[in-house]
Amino acid sequence: MADRPVAIAEKRLMDVKLGELGTWIGGRDFTPNGLIASLRKGHDRYYNKYINVKKGGIGGVAMLLVGYVALSYMWEYDHIKHDRWRKYH
Amino acid sequence: MASFFDQFMSPTLMGIPLMALAFVLPWLMFPNPAPRWINSRFLTLQSWFINRFTSQLLMPINVGGHNWALVLASLMIFLISLNMLGLLPYTFTPTTQLSLNMGLAMPLWLATVLIGLRNQPTAALGHLLPEGTPVPLIPVLIIIETISLFIRPLALGVRLTANLTAGHLLMQLIATAAFVLLPLMPTVAIVTSVVLLLLTILEVAVAMIQAYVFVLLMSLYLQENV
Repeated sequence: MADRPVAIAEKRLMDVKLGELGTWIGGRDFTPNGLIASLRKGHDRYYNKYINVKKGGIGGVAMLLVGYVALSYMWEYDHIKHDRWRKYH
Repeated sequence: MASFFDQFMSPTLMGIPLMALAFVLPWLMFPNPAPRWINSRFLTLQSWFINRFTSQLLMPINVGGHNWALVLASLMIFLISLNMLGLLPYTFTPTTQLSLNMGLAMPLWLATVLIGLRNQPTAALGHLLPEGTPVPLIPVLIIIETISLFIRPLALGVRLTANLTAGHLLMQLIATAAFVLLPLMPTVAIVTSVVLLLLTILEVAVAMIQAYVFVLLMSLYLQENV
């Protein structure tokens, strides 16, 4: 079954061919509204796959929290790098 | 020189303050219930906790005070999630900032005082004099009770700030001590267990919110009840 023709800018990232990458990036919506919309969609997808299930375990929330810890580490790196054992700081 | 207080600095990423993000994060943890008969386990647990807490909180208040149910419940959820998220490594806890806690405490306390003074001024002023005081003591006691009334918002804000800041600082200190002692002495086993114990006790941050909302509540139903 042949795929229906979809505009390049509206394809999912994994379906975009390498040559079309430039067109794809150029066509995406980078306005604040667009960014927030993409964040919301990403969140909804994650939530519906891992948390909003009848018999969810601790995994869905745990992944979120670990991601938050990793993000906080990246943000605080500038402060934290002074905590290393060094003779001269 | 990196001090121990660096963990309380407002987080910035290349000059952009990330404080707003630290605030918004609890919002992610409390999703809307789906239009379904039975929700996910996560949501069921949350709704059970919230309902239980709210009914417990509103039991001693008469019906007039039930308008405050939403405010008090959301305050509790906000504080509890901020504090618990701050216990994770490398995260930032907004409630360690006095500005935030005073911003929460002062307006709410003022609201309770004004509501009491507006609806039942005699009773509200009457709270300043406990029953059965000997007559010569009355002037002194009124002054004392007024001072204690005005100190309430200060106490609310500072209590939350001080508890959380002290807890975080202590954890950092003890963890550093344990880390430093590791190559030197196996006393570390004892020190590490102290860290663990402290972390558990710090989940008493949860009790912190209880204390906060309960005190707020106390002011409220003192004003609005008979």
